Amino acid sequence: MADPLLRVDNLVRRFGGILATDNLSLEVPRGELHAIIGPNGAGKTTLISQLTGQLAPNSGTIHFAGRDITRLPPYRRSALGLARSFQITSLLKDFTAIDNVALAVQAHDGHSFRFWGDARKERHLRDAARAALQRVGLAARADVLVSELSHGEQRELELAVALATRPQLLLLDEPMAGLGVTESARMVTLLKELRKEFTIVLVEHDMEAVFALADRITVLVYGRVIACDVPDAIRRHEEVKRAYLGEQHAVTRHG
Amino acid sequence: MKSKLNASNAVVTVVCAALLLLPVYSAVTGNIFILTLLTRIIIFALAASSLNLIMGYGGMMSFGHAAYLGIGGYAVGILAAEGIGSGFIQWPVALAVSALFALVIGSLSLRTRGVYFIMITLAFAQMTYYVASALSRYGGDDGLTIYKRSTFDGLINLSDRTQFYYLCLGCLFGGLYLIWRIVNSRFGLVVQGVRSNEQRMQAIGFPAYRYRLTCFVIAGTICGLAGALLANNTDFVSPAVMYWTRSGDLMVMVILGGMGSLFGPLIGAIVYLVLEELLSQFTEYWALIMGPLLLLIVLFARGGIMGLLGRVRRG
Amino acid sequence: MFLLIEQLLNGLQFGLLLFLLAAGLTLVFGIMDFVNLAHGSLYMMGAYFAATFVGWTGSFVLGAILALAATLLLGIALEFVALRHLYGRDHLDQVLATFGLILFFNDMVRLIWGPAGLALPLPAWLTTPVQLLPGVYYPAYRLSIIVVALLVAALLYLVVMRTRIGMLIRAGASNREMIGALGINIKLLFTLVFGLGAALAGLAGLMQAPILTVQIGMGENILILAFVIIVIGGIGSIRGAFLAAIFVGLIDTLGRAFLPDLLRKVLSGAAASTAAPALSSMLIYLLMAIVLVVRPEGLFPAAKR
Ligand SMILES: Nc1ncnc2c1ncn2[C@@H]1O[C@H](COP(=O)(O)OP(=O)(O)OP(=O)(O)O)[C@@H](O)[C@H]1O
Ligand SMILES: [Mg+2]
Repeated sequence: MADPLLRVDNLVRRFGGILATDNLSLEVPRGELHAIIGPNGAGKTTLISQLTGQLAPNSGTIHFAGRDITRLPPYRRSALGLARSFQITSLLKDFTAIDNVALAVQAHDGHSFRFWGDARKERHLRDAARAALQRVGLAARADVLVSELSHGEQRELELAVALATRPQLLLLDEPMAGLGVTESARMVTLLKELRKEFTIVLVEHDMEAVFALADRITVLVYGRVIACDVPDAIRRHEEVKRAYLGEQHAVTRHG
Repeated sequence: MKSKLNASNAVVTVVCAALLLLPVYSAVTGNIFILTLLTRIIIFALAASSLNLIMGYGGMMSFGHAAYLGIGGYAVGILAAEGIGSGFIQWPVALAVSALFALVIGSLSLRTRGVYFIMITLAFAQMTYYVASALSRYGGDDGLTIYKRSTFDGLINLSDRTQFYYLCLGCLFGGLYLIWRIVNSRFGLVVQGVRSNEQRMQAIGFPAYRYRLTCFVIAGTICGLAGALLANNTDFVSPAVMYWTRSGDLMVMVILGGMGSLFGPLIGAIVYLVLEELLSQFTEYWALIMGPLLLLIVLFARGGIMGLLGRVRRG
Repeated sequence: MFLLIEQLLNGLQFGLLLFLLAAGLTLVFGIMDFVNLAHGSLYMMGAYFAATFVGWTGSFVLGAILALAATLLLGIALEFVALRHLYGRDHLDQVLATFGLILFFNDMVRLIWGPAGLALPLPAWLTTPVQLLPGVYYPAYRLSIIVVALLVAALLYLVVMRTRIGMLIRAGASNREMIGALGINIKLLFTLVFGLGAALAGLAGLMQAPILTVQIGMGENILILAFVIIVIGGIGSIRGAFLAAIFVGLIDTLGRAFLPDLLRKVLSGAAASTAAPALSSMLIYLLMAIVLVVRPEGLFPAAKR
């Protein structure tokens, strides 16, 4: 088998006394949709942040496309093809939707030490941005300020921004957090499309969505991987049932 | 951006036209005072505009921007004192030295955020202030008199009041045009994006630090130009131009006019300095009024004058 | 050798004075998240009040006590009228508004006391040198500054570490929401802390008054030093402020005293005499730059927000 696209070995991250990532290892082969589930505070966001470089691990290594990226800053990882969406929407609030996406395109179109020309008039940046907006169904809202978009639209924009960097691996941190039923359904449809093109790591509390989408599922509890398998096996997994599904099988959506 | 006929555009147009025609008025009425006052205002407007580039667009709250006024000024003054009177040498040196200082100060300060950044830029400016005070060869605390303004091989005569005025105005408009281009360029969008959400910009692939630093250096350089103009205007340069209250003045001009608005600092500089002039004419204690006024502006008029004017149109 | 001891004591004395100023600043910053440039004005007011009240009463101690009370009241009034509206605002707003207050205070002092500085003469019992070691004399007044400042520092430490108010202060510095959640009257706490900071600044000002002339703008340079200290020490940390203040006081004083001689050994006489004053006034700013590059949060940051 070829090298996995993403390989995490023995990752450890502490916050004071808390072990948020506890000797975690993980492999995501190319083309997989890999879901990560776990109760609140299990360390899912912490893991994603270490993958994208916002947080530095205390020890362990991260390999992406065969390359050790453990010490690379976020922008270098983005250049290599890692993109994330944030659990708590993190956009340029005083910019329009299309500006947000166009900047993501611009970031991957050579350097930006260009001081003279009007960037908003650069055709290919705008076109690529519009295409990404189209993809998530926001084309009509391109010129609206982010602060005036609805929460659901902002979640979709998060995704459009990630897509616009033309990543190899999409790290999605609870893309459905706070969405209503119809919005969630739209997001699931969209993810079904995207998984054909991208390798995806999906953190999600919506179990229905997770089991519908995932090729494999990793279950995190207190920063530790307690199971990593195909959905059916996870459903039957004793420890998972006890530690996670058992306690809150009624809970399918929150956050 | 569509240019609309609104209150702020109208004010800006009128102000710019008035600035262009001022020497005519001054020649007709023989009112030299107003020309000198406006020359000074224009120079400070240029300095404030450069501060606006980092503060308003870049979100970098530098409290030490007056340092570059002094550095540009001292470059001119020291070269003049050493017998190098040509502006073709003095001015490029002034710009280069300002850029270099901004590079050093910026590369250290930009590692910090928030109040720490405000403080460290302040501290660096104080440092340059003390260095200038210690330059006993060049007047130390008392400052350095410049006996001859920069010469430009007969191209322009800085000792001529009107020519000097137009040079300053040209520099201001040139500076504003440059800032406008920068703000709308790829580079400018990145800098503004980092102001808005640095984490997001890093995550989509921008090395934020480099862009911020470059912006910081550009602003320092433009302010160095203002410093060179100021030194020529007063025929004198002293550590006092770098004192931290001067940096405070520049900040006030930016905020008063409207942060992140292209013409805001110009309007702010005019209002602040004219107010200072007027108040000091009828009372020696003008700051007794100016100080509380600042407090009120911060409390009640956050967008500055341009913000207020913008609201006029929307009703 | 005697010179070294004397300069060490001078540095200690200056550092302690800086601590009084920085403690108020860092408390106010740590708890209210408020940058107060006008802190230096309170220092100045302390000195002016002292000069005035000592003149009126004819007693140094009585005048000093009155001045302290006056600064405390002024601080509380200032907080009540203006500054409390700035909590929760952008730091930039706070910087600008309090910058306006500096302008105001400077001109008000000029209006009331005139542009010339004042002198605050010491009573005879404070001017005699004290013998510390055989052959080592030190001015009684500077010694008493050291003693008073150390006492205040100890008191402050006790208040912050051992009392209920201190617990709230510490809780506030590390977690602002928490004190709100505890149902404490935050407004009152803030006013108290601000008043305390003002009194400390006033104390520093009035103690410094007999050593320097009392003049307009005297608070500005020292305010920047105080900022340097809280940045080095870590914003919100009293302990950090204390250590950094002593450190800065010593470095500044020793630098000014000994750097010229040291440089003269390395450089030519002329070069040394130009470089020395510049270098010694730059020293602490250099120190701060180095600290910030190595530890952007300061040396002793208050517990994580
Ligand atoms: N910056 C931080 N400082 C201190 N502790 C942190 C920090 N970030 C996360 N933690 C702690 O690390 C643990 C894991 O947090 P994390 O946000 O990764 O959980 P999560 O699985 O994403 O939870 P959720 O489902 O609520 O999003 C938690 O106990 C959290 O309190
Ligand atoms: Mg999370």
